[in-house]
Amino acid sequence: MTGAVPILDVADRRLIRATQGGLPLVPRPYDAVARAAAVPAADAIRRLRRMLELGIIRRIGAVPNHYALGYRHNGMSVWDVPDDEVDALGAMVARFDFVSHCYRRPRHPLAWPYNLFAMVHGRDRAEVDGKVAAIADRLGASVRGRDVLYSVRILKKTGLRLGG
Amino acid sequence: MDGLDRAIINALQGGFPISERPFADAASELGIDQTELIGRLSRLVDDGVLSRFGPLFNAERMGGAATLAAMSVPKADFDRVAAIVNARPEVAHNYERNHRLNMWFVLTTDCAEATAPVVQAIEAETGLSVLVMPKIAEYRLDLRLEA
Repeated sequence: MTGAVPILDVADRRLIRATQGGLPLVPRPYDAVARAAAVPAADAIRRLRRMLELGIIRRIGAVPNHYALGYRHNGMSVWDVPDDEVDALGAMVARFDFVSHCYRRPRHPLAWPYNLFAMVHGRDRAEVDGKVAAIADRLGASVRGRDVLYSVRILKKTGLRLGG
Repeated sequence: MDGLDRAIINALQGGFPISERPFADAASELGIDQTELIGRLSRLVDDGVLSRFGPLFNAERMGGAATLAAMSVPKADFDRVAAIVNARPEVAHNYERNHRLNMWFVLTTDCAEATAPVVQAIEAETGLSVLVMPKIAEYRLDLRLEA
């Protein structure tokens, strides 16, 4: 990972807790958030802007439910590629706009041979399969094994929740 | 959902302002008024089209971690295990998938050391082992979807 971890103080954490479930949909939402977090309104705005600049907040806006937008099929494509090629291959897969996440993760002896993960979404199974085929084309002869794990159902989807 | 709902979702999956009257600012960009924008967002959240409207946090930038984990759960035991896993506030999302490893969830914590005890607690409570697959490298993360 990159760089030092920015310091979050108690007021920052209260602001995270006050916003992690969503902003109040009112004309002055940050005033309401500031009241809930017990910080002055101008301070809440300044602190949230800092967290956005530091990347602690990735972005602010609408978080769509994939299913509700018609993306009912999601496939976690997983690939066994040589460890000394995985960074270059991951960068190639990352150039596909339709890949929402692409990560390197550890193998587990016997239980899990795959080290490259690429998530794709589609309105039907064929759309997902087409995208996975495009990834396979791009990875070419480096692929030693592959699988696609389709979602059967969402069991939970809330996002980060700070305790306390 | 009509064309304006789609335009709002496509335009506002990021970039929502941090300002005194952010809905008024965002609405003027879309050529509508604040009342219309707030009303439509409220309906989209109530209808479940949006999971929420607000900030998306990066646990790693807070010194925490987001770790993928997988379990192989017997069919007859699936609901009991799902209830145990979902009850943990650290579980940000959880999917059933069509594989021998049929339960896949993400553990999000604001402190990297907090992940292992949660995994151990889930293993103890379910009696099943958890395969932990932390991110080694991130090549892409873009959750935007066209409505």
